[in-house]
Amino acid sequence: MTEINLEKSTIRELNEALQAGSSGDKFSVNNTVGKHALSVGLTTKVDVEINGHVGYYCAGMNQQANIIINGNAGPGLAENMMSGQVRVTGNASQYAAATAHGGLLVIEGDSSSRCGISMKGVNIVVGGNIGHMSAFMAQSGCLVVCGDAGDALGDSIYEAKIYVRGKVKSLGTDCIEKEMRDEHKKELQQLLSQSKMSHVEEFRRYGSARKLYNFDIDQVDDY
Amino acid sequence: MCGIVGLFIKNQALESQLGALVAPMLSEMTERGPDSAGIAVYRNPQENGCKITVLAQHQDFDWGALEAAISNHFSLRDITVTRNHAVLSLDSEIDDVQVWMRDNWSDLSITSAGTNIEIFKGKGNPAEFIDQFDIKSMTGTHALGHTRMATESAITTEHSHPFSTGQDLCLVHNGSLSNHNRLRETLRKKGVHFKTDNDSEVAAGYLSWRLSEGDDLDQALNHAIEDLDGFYTFAIGTRDGFAVMRDPIGCKPAIMAETDDWAAMSSEYVLLQLCQALKMRAFGSLNQLRFIAGKGVNND
Repeated sequence: MTEINLEKSTIRELNEALQAGSSGDKFSVNNTVGKHALSVGLTTKVDVEINGHVGYYCAGMNQQANIIINGNAGPGLAENMMSGQVRVTGNASQYAAATAHGGLLVIEGDSSSRCGISMKGVNIVVGGNIGHMSAFMAQSGCLVVCGDAGDALGDSIYEAKIYVRGKVKSLGTDCIEKEMRDEHKKELQQLLSQSKMSHVEEFRRYGSARKLYNFDIDQVDDY
Repeated sequence: MCGIVGLFIKNQALESQLGALVAPMLSEMTERGPDSAGIAVYRNPQENGCKITVLAQHQDFDWGALEAAISNHFSLRDITVTRNHAVLSLDSEIDDVQVWMRDNWSDLSITSAGTNIEIFKGKGNPAEFIDQFDIKSMTGTHALGHTRMATESAITTEHSHPFSTGQDLCLVHNGSLSNHNRLRETLRKKGVHFKTDNDSEVAAGYLSWRLSEGDDLDQALNHAIEDLDGFYTFAIGTRDGFAVMRDPIGCKPAIMAETDDWAAMSSEYVLLQLCQALKMRAFGSLNQLRFIAGKGVNND
């Protein structure tokens, strides 16, 4: 286990050390004090445990690495993640996992607005609630919400799947509730157990009505 | 992008440390706003009198001449000059003083007016501002600070925040307003004065106008949500505390923490440094918003 203390090391030194890590290496990062861009651009299977709150863009562009944040995360957590796993024990601010292509993001607390915006294959599991405009233009992957969802969930969604256990304040344009078939229950079960979340019942599924794929003059008001 | 910080001291014993606590918070906001910085500090209340802060356009302004002239017209208690700013305490009617200043001293602008508030601001790096105005030694009940990254208008001291919105009221802004030009014209017709083409000054002018129309602060802020279009986190200072408000879609950040001793807000998590300095734990979550030390509305 290599310890990196951000009272002594700069953010650049931290990221260089993590990026140079080999598969199986373990790191712990301390004294974060809300600093930005921690643990970004990792490409190997290292384990990183960050103790404390983090600022903007933590774990951005992650590939393969397993990153745990013991605290809250600021805006842009795991933005454009490709693979690996990011877990935050507290809350995450706006646009978590935006544009992310793969991997798993677990937020044990709440996630703010625009969670999973333009997601392209990532799986996101949120233990609490999510804010407005989440999964906007989501293309593929799953967004699982154990609490409630805010306004305009899944607006202009493509082929991503959304599972919500609590209330949805409102659905966005072209997002509709869909039947929970066995394959969906299985997928949900798998994601929840992977994320170590206990709720498995009462989820509803939401997805695209597929009416906005091609421009239609009759639906111009929906765009 | 800009940075906002606010600190309200609840435990009187800490009032002597207000500046020492706010200065590092402001300094940490440099990356969000390297162009200029400013602070509104609430201190030295003037019983049965008033206090105004004035800003001179030139460093070599003749403050002696102002002191002599103002003493002829009003009962001046004290004048304290710090670089190109001066704080004047008087026994006189504040409105009369302000009118006289505007009519006779066109090269001075009034940055604040009231009984407690003082506003200082300056172009350049926040660290220089903190040193030049000796922010670290300031005492008081509460303070709001701002670091600016200019997006809407020029970088000058007058374009810097905080903006006065009335007696003992001020506003700092992170964000940008899209309907400020039209709103400025509308407000001008209603008699509101503007010194710059800055969008945040329009928000300040709007609140001044609503308050002059009889709104209380809650009502004025709720009207602002209706009439201001754009992205904003505002921190609004009052004699008794400060309020925080975000636009309905929450584009700009605000982080708040409160203990028995103080309540604080910041654009970033950096305020936790303050908590560490005081060996206390912050609580409150991201995006949690409410009025501090006043009547509250939630605008989450």
